[in-house]
This record gives sequence, C-alpha cells and structure tokens, in this order.
Amino acid sequence: MPRSPTSPRSTGGASRTGLKLELVTDTLAQYSLVLVYSGMAVYALAFLVYALDLGRRAAAEPAASTVSKSAATASRGSTALLERTELLTEIAAKPTRSRYARIALALTTLAWLLHVAGDALRGVAGGRVPWANMFEFTLTATAIIVGIFLLVQLWQRLEFLGVFIIGFALIALGVATVNFYVDVVPLPPALQSGWLVVHVFVAATGTGFLAVGAALSITQLLQARRTALGRGPGFLTRIPDAEALEAMAYRVIVVGFVFWTFTLIAGAVWAERAWGRYWGWDTKEVWTFIIWTLFAGYIHARATRGWRGSRSAWLAIIGFSAVVFNFTVVNLFFKGLHAYSGL
Amino acid sequence: VDSSRPSDHFDQEAAPQREGIIQPQLGFVGTLRFFWRQLTSMRTALFLLLLLAIAAIPGSLVPQVTSDPNGVIPYKAQYPELSAVLDALGVFSTYSSVWFSAIYLLLFISLIGCVVPRTKHHFEALLAKPPKTPARLERLPGFTSTARTVDAALAVSTAQALLKRQGYRAEVYGESVSAERGYLRETGNLVFHTALIGVLVTVGLGGGFGFTGQKIVVEGSAFVNVLGNYDSFNPGRFVDGSNLTPYRILLDDFDVRYEEENFAGYGQPIDFTATVSTTEGDRTAEATIKVNEPLHIGGTEVYLLGNGYAPVMTVRDAAGEIVTSQPVPCIPQDAQLFSVCVLKVPDGLEEQVAFRGLLYPTTGQLDNGALTSVHPDLLDPTLSLEVYAGDLGLDDGIAVGVYTLDTSSLTEIAGRTAAEPTIELKLGDRVDLPNGLGSVELTEIPRFVSLEIHRDPAQGWVLGFAIAAVLGLLTSLFIPRRRVWVKVAGDRIEYAGLARGEDPTLDAAVADLAEKHRRSLADRA
Repeated sequence: MPRSPTSPRSTGGASRTGLKLELVTDTLAQYSLVLVYSGMAVYALAFLVYALDLGRRAAAEPAASTVSKSAATASRGSTALLERTELLTEIAAKPTRSRYARIALALTTLAWLLHVAGDALRGVAGGRVPWANMFEFTLTATAIIVGIFLLVQLWQRLEFLGVFIIGFALIALGVATVNFYVDVVPLPPALQSGWLVVHVFVAATGTGFLAVGAALSITQLLQARRTALGRGPGFLTRIPDAEALEAMAYRVIVVGFVFWTFTLIAGAVWAERAWGRYWGWDTKEVWTFIIWTLFAGYIHARATRGWRGSRSAWLAIIGFSAVVFNFTVVNLFFKGLHAYSGL
Repeated sequence: VDSSRPSDHFDQEAAPQREGIIQPQLGFVGTLRFFWRQLTSMRTALFLLLLLAIAAIPGSLVPQVTSDPNGVIPYKAQYPELSAVLDALGVFSTYSSVWFSAIYLLLFISLIGCVVPRTKHHFEALLAKPPKTPARLERLPGFTSTARTVDAALAVSTAQALLKRQGYRAEVYGESVSAERGYLRETGNLVFHTALIGVLVTVGLGGGFGFTGQKIVVEGSAFVNVLGNYDSFNPGRFVDGSNLTPYRILLDDFDVRYEEENFAGYGQPIDFTATVSTTEGDRTAEATIKVNEPLHIGGTEVYLLGNGYAPVMTVRDAAGEIVTSQPVPCIPQDAQLFSVCVLKVPDGLEEQVAFRGLLYPTTGQLDNGALTSVHPDLLDPTLSLEVYAGDLGLDDGIAVGVYTLDTSSLTEIAGRTAAEPTIELKLGDRVDLPNGLGSVELTEIPRFVSLEIHRDPAQGWVLGFAIAAVLGLLTSLFIPRRRVWVKVAGDRIEYAGLARGEDPTLDAAVADLAEKHRRSLADRA
C-alpha cells in the first residue's frame, strides 16, 4: 500500500468517507462548545441572582428557620427531644421560595439543559461516552454536580448553596474550556473498555455528591462561627442552623462515599484488566485511597467525642479539596499510569 | 465509643468527675487493659485513619521502587542528599515501609478489637426481645397520641400485627407494644469491617503466593512458562518459580491499527492485537491478547503491556560468513516509536564490536538535518548505527545490561566522533564495516510485544471481600435502626420512637405508623 510517509494530512484526506466523518465530528464538537458557552453565560446570570437572593435575605428580618428544626431533631438521634406541637407547625408551615430563588433556580435549570446538551453532543461527536479526557470529564462532572444540586432542591430548600455550586461549576467549566480543551480523538486501546463507562461515571457522580456536601460543610462552618461570635453575614440568619446543615451534609456525603468506594473497586478491577494488577500504589490510586480514608474518617468523626460539628466539617472540606487536587494536580503534574488527560 | 454500642452511636461528654477520688493502682494486667481500651477506642481509630491518609502522601510525591523503578534512579541522581534521608526512611518503598505498615496494622488491630465484642453483642441482641416500653413516652422523638375508640387488647394486638408487617420485632408488654427494627444496619456494619480485614489478609496472601514476570516476545518466536525464559521474575515470599505450570505462547502476528481519518488523532494507535498459538499439555489453541483483554492460561493471566520493533541485523565477517542474525528489541522513546537498541558481538569478528542503533519507523528530517520519526507505523524505516570496537567488558564476570552500552573501553569506528560516518540502513541494505571487519545488513523489522505474566491466587477472594464490604456499607448506612412503641394510656393511644444512629426519617415513620394504626382500628370498629 503506497502511503506518503512525511505528511500526515495528505494521507488523512485520502479516504472520502473519512473526510466526511471528520467534518461531521468537527462540526458537532463546535456545536457542543457553543452550547457549553451558552450554558456558562446563563450560569453566570444565575450566579448573580443567587448572590442577590443572599443579599435580600441579609436585608430581611431574621425569621425562625423551618428546615433547621426538623433536621436538627433527626441529627440528635437517640437523644432527640421534640414537642408534638412543634412538629405540627413545621409540617404545616412550608413557606415558598423567594422570587429571586425561583428565578435563579429556573436559570440554573435552563443553563443545565444547555450544558447537558453540549456534553451529550460532545459524546455524539466522539461516538463514545463524553468522559475520556480531562476536558470531557470536567464537562460531565460539572453537569452531574449541578444536576445533584437541582435534585436536592426537591428534597430540601437549599438554594442558598447556589452561590457555591454554580460558582464552582463556572470556574471548573472556565478552566476546562480554556486550559483542558482537546479535539475529539479516538480512544487509545487502554480506554477501550466497558469500565470506562462505569468507573468514570461513578467517579463523577461521587464527586458531585461530595461537592454538594463540601458546600454544605462550608456553610455549616460559617453558621457555627456566626453563632459563636454572635455576628456575621446577614444572610446566615435566614438559612438553617449549623446542626441542621451538618445533618444534611452528612447525608449527602455518605452517598458520595458509597460512590467513591465503588469507584475505587471498579478502578481496581479495571486496573487488573488493563495494567496487569488490581492495586499498585500508582499516584492516582494513592490519592483515591487518601480521599477514601479521609471520608471514612469523616464518617467516624461524627461518632467520636469532640469531633462532631466543626471538626468533621473541616474533614469534609479537606476531603473534597483532595478530590479536586486528585483531578487537577495529580493528573497534570504527577507521574503515573492514569495519564488520560489528553493534554 | 464503647464497643458494645451500635456503630453510629456517638458519645456524650461524661459527667465531670468529683474531685478527691483516689483511683486504685492499675497493675500490670490493668495497664495492658488500659492500653487495649485506648487502642480500640473510636478516637484512636479516627486518629490512625487520618494518620494513614497523611502517611500515604509521600509515596505519591517520590517515585516508588514498585510502581516506577525507572523513576527512582534519576531522582536519586538529581537529589543525592535528600535521597539519602528518604532512603533511610524507606520513602522509596513507602507502602511496605515499617512506619506505614505499623499504622495500618495498628488500625486493623484496633478494628478487630472493636469488631469482635460488637459481633458478640449484636448476636445477643439478635436473640433478645425488644426492651420493655418506657414509662413516659411523651419525652421521646416523634411522640403523638390519639383518642382510643376500641378496647386496649385489640389496640395492642392490632399494633403488634401492623409493626410485624412493617418488619419490626414486636413484643407485647402489658398494654403496650415494644418494637425494634433495622438489625441489618449493625449486621452490615460488622460485615463491612470484617470484609476490610478480609481484604487486607487476602491481599497479603496473594502477594506471598503469587508472582509477576515480564517477557519480550518477537513475532514468530515463543514464550515458554519456565523460570529461565523470563526476562524478569518477581516471586512472592512463598514462591520460588520451580513449579510453574508449563505452557507455550507462540506470537504468530502482532497487528497495530492507526487512526487515519481523524486529523487531530492522526497516527494514534487505536488497536493492538497479538494473535498467538498456545500449547498447554497436549492442547493447542489459537487466541488473541489485547490491551484490555488478557489471556488466561495455566492459572496465570498474560497481559499485553508494550510493543516496539526488533530489527534483525545480520552481521557477517570479512569472509562473508554470518556471525549473528537475530532480532534486537529496540526500546521506544516517543509516541512515533523512535527507538534505540544495542547489539553486542563479542565473538566471530576480529575485534569485539558493538552497535548502537537508532530506529526511525517512518523517517522524517528536522530542520537541522537530524533524522526523526513522524509516524509510529513502519512506513519508511531507517536504522542508523554507531559502531564501536574494543573491549565489551563481558569477560570480567560482572553483570552487564543488554540494553545499555558502556563505551569507556570502546573506540567509535563509525559515528559522530569517528572518521567514518554513522551507518544508515534501509530495509535490505548491506554496508561494509570500517577496518575491513565485515558487514552489517538490515534483514527485516518484525515487531515485538512485551508480555506481563501474572499469577495471584487470592485475587478472586480480594474481589469477593470488596463486594461484601460494599454491600455491608450500603446496609449499614441506609437501613435505619429504630425502636417504636405503641402504648395504651387511659383513653388515649400513645406512639413514640427512638433512633439508634442516624435516622432522619424517624418522625415521619412514627407519624405514618400512628395514622395506619388509627385507620386499621377504624376498620375494626
């Protein structure tokens, strides 16, 4: 087969169907990017409205928080005491969200739909799942984080987390589109496995829950500080108290921990297939293990005298920081087998 | 935490001790017991857990002998003083170092010290009846009451039946029902922790009774599973490699497909397939080995971990007699498979001769005139050879690497520092060596694969324990354990619950029970 050895591009176009496919891939990838940029613009708007909502809360008169009490009761577990009358008023009085909050949530939903569409189109362009390099993983993971944020709104009124979650998603998407962007290329043989679908998706979902948990823990620390000092940002008076935030953070992080455990095991099974051993203390394995241990510590801290409250919140935040570190610094600067950034 | 408590019970501060109490001497056994209590306390477990996380960090910052042996040597050369300290601390093999092992072993001893008494306690709880109904329910979570419309016995028996249907163990005490559910929560917790011990033990055993080995196999040649045929062999503690299962893997063909349609990914390999013929006993079979699809044979897994080219260089003496003609594996240096290799010819020529070969599978030229490879496929190969003559240092009895060339006692006779230029060979070219030593010919360029052969008899057990751990974790985190009471108090029926561990839905569950009970009593009445 005569092939020109020096110019790759001249041989690349040799096949007519190949050229056509190539154009389709490029076009879809372009549309995907346009959708993601549009989503980012709407996220930015939503972020502003979330911030306005917090400002409005700060200006308003402090009112007894309703979410806090029922959740606080739950968190106190075996020693929880509750008057029947109190419970009734809580169930009866479920105030609606503020106008700002509703606008912000609507904008977030719109932005999220654009974001998911962009992500899906990227998958179509590659003819595979859209999480095979750092750019695609960031796209998918942020979509899952925002998706979980929207999902928990059906469970609790947590729109005040929007500033953290949407802010985080915007920064992540900005870094992804500017610094992590790569063209659609075929999967290298090491990634050609069903485990790519399972292991990475589960990791992204776990990251989503841990991110929401970290946002709750940060709010919990702010709230605890305000209670201790007797002063602090005004908006904190209109959101659940530290104990209720801790209870919610715990429930979200526990789900994230289960996903992380599964990520670890699925990763080990895949490593056995692709790298010839299930565990080899590769840098990525080490950091995944460190994160698992930190969150195991978090769960135990909640049952240890002197560690409940702010200390366990710090553990949750450190744990999520380690997740971000594992994805960015370990991927880009540490030498290891898990080198699929595409950069 | 007291070991007999459920997993997610949390301690309250103890009542402050009155002053002036003189504690008795502990004595030897008492001291041991004190340390055991300390070790198995939740506080210590948490401390060890966090310490383990911190202790794992250095191993990710410094190259490890086990996972990155080729990174250790340059690191030590670059930071000699730091490396001496790190070496003394065992940081280059962090995960088998004394201090790392000490932390996880203490953690697991602490874990065992916690799991064993808790298992005993849980077993007793499984056999016991739910505890007696408290005298005053109105101080308990989820308390609610309704007017009684039926007689007490009916109310109690209906409540018992209802609770049993909801999965509670329900016991009647006088005019009340005491019920408990969610024993599976503690069972799951114990399964999780026991499975972790199982993982640790089986990982340790697997390492001891398994082995890993590497072998480079050129197209058309075979690997035979006997110790002497391995390029490198790392046995576990209890393995000596003397009784390997005999089998043979002949590499018939190694096929690589490259991306040709996508500009951005042009030339990127998209498939590696090794077609092999296997012989095990008197059974022969055809098989393939791919990157994510290892070959299972003779109790081992055979992985395809690397590949490259092994040019066959035919060296003839001055008379034209063939001295050597064999494939020489070249080590790839970049994604375009620019590769380097060394061929040593100690006998057969007038002098000892060595070749340092640079292989460009698809030859291109840089602006400065130097050769480079522009594609990993074998489209237009060039092998450039620097030739050395002199003492190869093979006769001193000192082990010398086959992939390295020590030129200290050699003279370059063709190459950059010699009178004769570097020899450049295309496929089939035959060029005379300087000084009338003979000739060298590039006969053919087959591919080689590097195989990893791995045996871990405990691997399936590790996976089994890992799955058990996940199942245990799920039940221990998401099944609520709670007690519920239904009590007839005069003309009212009272309901209340008590969470044992995290149970955010307790209030709703008690309210739901009260409602269901009211309705079923209304049906009866």
